[in-house]
Amino acid sequence: MKRSYNDSVHFYGRIWTALAITMLLMVPLAISVYYDAWPQLTHVFRGLLGVAPIYWTVGIIEVLTFAPMLGTAGTYLSFVTGNLTSLKVPCALNAMEAAKVSANSEEGEVISTIAIASSSIVTTLIIAAGVLLLGYLQPVLESPVLTPAFDNIMPALIGGLAVVYISKNWKIAAAPMAFMVILFLLIPALASSVSVLVPVGALVALGASRILYKKGIL
Amino acid sequence: MREFSVNSGFLYALTGAVIIFVLAQSLFFLIKAARRARQLGMQKGVVGKTIASSALFTVAPAVAILLGVITLSSFLGLPLPWLRLSVLGALTYELPAATTTAGVIGIPTGVPVTDPAAFSAIAWVMTLGIIPGILLVLFGLKKIQSGLTSIKRKDEKWSSIFMDSLFMGMVSAFSGLLFADVRLGLPGLIPLAVALVSAVIMGVCGVLIKVCKVKWLEQYALPLSMLGAMAASIPLTALLA
Repeated sequence: MKRSYNDSVHFYGRIWTALAITMLLMVPLAISVYYDAWPQLTHVFRGLLGVAPIYWTVGIIEVLTFAPMLGTAGTYLSFVTGNLTSLKVPCALNAMEAAKVSANSEEGEVISTIAIASSSIVTTLIIAAGVLLLGYLQPVLESPVLTPAFDNIMPALIGGLAVVYISKNWKIAAAPMAFMVILFLLIPALASSVSVLVPVGALVALGASRILYKKGIL
Repeated sequence: MREFSVNSGFLYALTGAVIIFVLAQSLFFLIKAARRARQLGMQKGVVGKTIASSALFTVAPAVAILLGVITLSSFLGLPLPWLRLSVLGALTYELPAATTTAGVIGIPTGVPVTDPAAFSAIAWVMTLGIIPGILLVLFGLKKIQSGLTSIKRKDEKWSSIFMDSLFMGMVSAFSGLLFADVRLGLPGLIPLAVALVSAVIMGVCGVLIKVCKVKWLEQYALPLSMLGAMAASIPLTALLA
């Protein structure tokens, strides 16, 4: 029996993801074997203790938050290629918006996948070219003139993205926007844990939207 | 024991294998999705425009990732940061993972690692510290997607609002972040000013698309807004910092 597109994406997505996990684990294993340099378990354990509680939680939350936005193939691909919040998620959202397709339609699934795949290929090629031409590029990329531009990628991205989504969904946007602005004004130190706050914003938006929906305002 | 270097040919070979894997997976899904687009009757131009606009959109963030590779290279050499930032990782995770482990071992982070066991410990922590997300994708994505399908089947309007709310959760968290430094005075306003410039460029693009019918701009409005605001951040920083 022929698989549906969605089933086929899950089938191949799982194979690619399983291969990716195996390959990822093979890298430190190969380093340890090749150099006969096995790390002390206490070093690895204590290193993990410093990062795992936060990043394991963030990793799981990111899957639950971003999978609905990215679609099936987009999720399989972007969780292997990484750089989700700064690149893959806004890239997919922008592509679906420009193509006028909804994220929960099959057209949205297809456009999101094409955007994430293209973005992954371009990112890989740019980093590869950058590493090969590092001698020439490093002085330019690290020049003080360009520093503000690279320091402000996220504000430059979020300004354009926010104006589109807020103008389209201002009733949904009002509560989470007000909540987040007040939160960051009161506790600026939260800036370092913005990834953790994405699902918090989503929960606030969902709660407010549910109330507005039940009252017939949405 | 073999002689170790953070820039050894062996590490470059490992990185090369991983890069080829990532390119192959991306190409596989790109071709699969493009074929599906054709079956769904989507116009060929839409696929081409999506590829072109996504590529343009990616340039600036990808250069920022390259800067992340350069940042880590003074300590870990080029191949490992290149590999880590091409697969699964992001600088916001890789840097703390590497420096925390270096701190535990007691090695400096300003000079290249010379001890292969320390390098291997860092590589293990960088890998294991980020694996649960992708494990959940492997074992749980089908269940998550079927949950979403069931919401859609029960109430299509709420399903659409549900998706919009998730988007707004992300947009609101990052918009709130723009206000984190406003108490610092004028320099703290720079991110807000840059975001405003981006919003204004996006607004102008919106007028050009809707009123002047400049249709090609639809795909490129966000990349152009982002690049324009990044360029504007240079004089804005000079003015406000």
